Amino acid sequence: MKFAVTINEGPYQHQASDSAYLFCRAALEKGHEIRRVFFYNDGVNNASSLTEPPQDDRNIVTRWSKLAEDHKLDLVVCVAAALRRGIRDENLAPGFRISGLGQLVEAGIEADRLVTFGD
Amino acid sequence: MSEGAIKKFMFVNRKAPYGTIYALESLEVVLITAAFDQDVSLVFMDDGIFQLKKGQQTKGIENKNFSPTYRALDGYDIEKLYVEAEALTARGLTEDDLLVDVTVMSRAELGKLMDEMDVVLSF
Amino acid sequence: MLHIVNKSPAERNALESCLRVAQDGAAILLIEDAVYAATRGNTAENHLRDALSRFKIYALAPDLEARGMGDRVMAGVATVDYGGFVDLVAEHKNCQSWL
Repeated sequence: MKFAVTINEGPYQHQASDSAYLFCRAALEKGHEIRRVFFYNDGVNNASSLTEPPQDDRNIVTRWSKLAEDHKLDLVVCVAAALRRGIRDENLAPGFRISGLGQLVEAGIEADRLVTFGD
Repeated sequence: MSEGAIKKFMFVNRKAPYGTIYALESLEVVLITAAFDQDVSLVFMDDGIFQLKKGQQTKGIENKNFSPTYRALDGYDIEKLYVEAEALTARGLTEDDLLVDVTVMSRAELGKLMDEMDVVLSF
Repeated sequence: MLHIVNKSPAERNALESCLRVAQDGAAILLIEDAVYAATRGNTAENHLRDALSRFKIYALAPDLEARGMGDRVMAGVATVDYGGFVDLVAEHKNCQSWL
């Protein structure tokens, strides 16, 4: 089955990104396809390459980058939401790309299920 | 999915405007979804009803008043606006307090409608 | 339909709104802070017990365990892991996250 996922909150402050990550990983393990992960609202902050958590904490950003690399995931950051919050190509972590809101709608159309994680 | 496919999208708005950005950024998704010629429904329940309150004046908080956008929705062929009756009453409001025409529904009717959707989005 | 709730019933009205609108026979999955709603003695216990006759209610086990509540789940609530979460999404035609 084709899933799409939306994340509306940034890393660390809320559990949304963690829950979404574990959901995606479990879906991939079960042989499902993750059609796209779309980052919206403060969720765009999940794509910041400037993120530097303490060493004994999980690195939410690199974890997404790694999952994207391993499974060829399409991690899309909303351009309008990103510009509002200072996320641009210069500080975009590997595996993420910045694009329009149309990518969210398209994911909703193409995927069998769209799951939203937020506050 | 083939080109020209139309899905039923529902946006569930449960948060008040200005205190957080969710209402505004949800509206931005609504407009894009309409541009994709999808079947769009908007539901306002809980504090989301306050998004439609007439007379919003945001000058004092130096924020953009985005409430006129709700009036412009029919220009995008978005005409399915639903408000939960119980939530309206619980806030001391009536349909006359709202800046657009809406269909007031019971919670049971809303639940039935939500069941029929392909994609339900909430911010 | 699958309803996903992620907030404690003592903090937000998300679960209450979900229970108000969800149709009989729907599935409700409690994740993150919403798992407290599924524990014995919580403020929403009676509310949730009544709801068990109308809905299938699930709670995410890793979230219960993280909060030290793994051994306090109310009778009638099923626990699932992330794989079970994925299955619930796949089994239902659509889903709504009550954010």
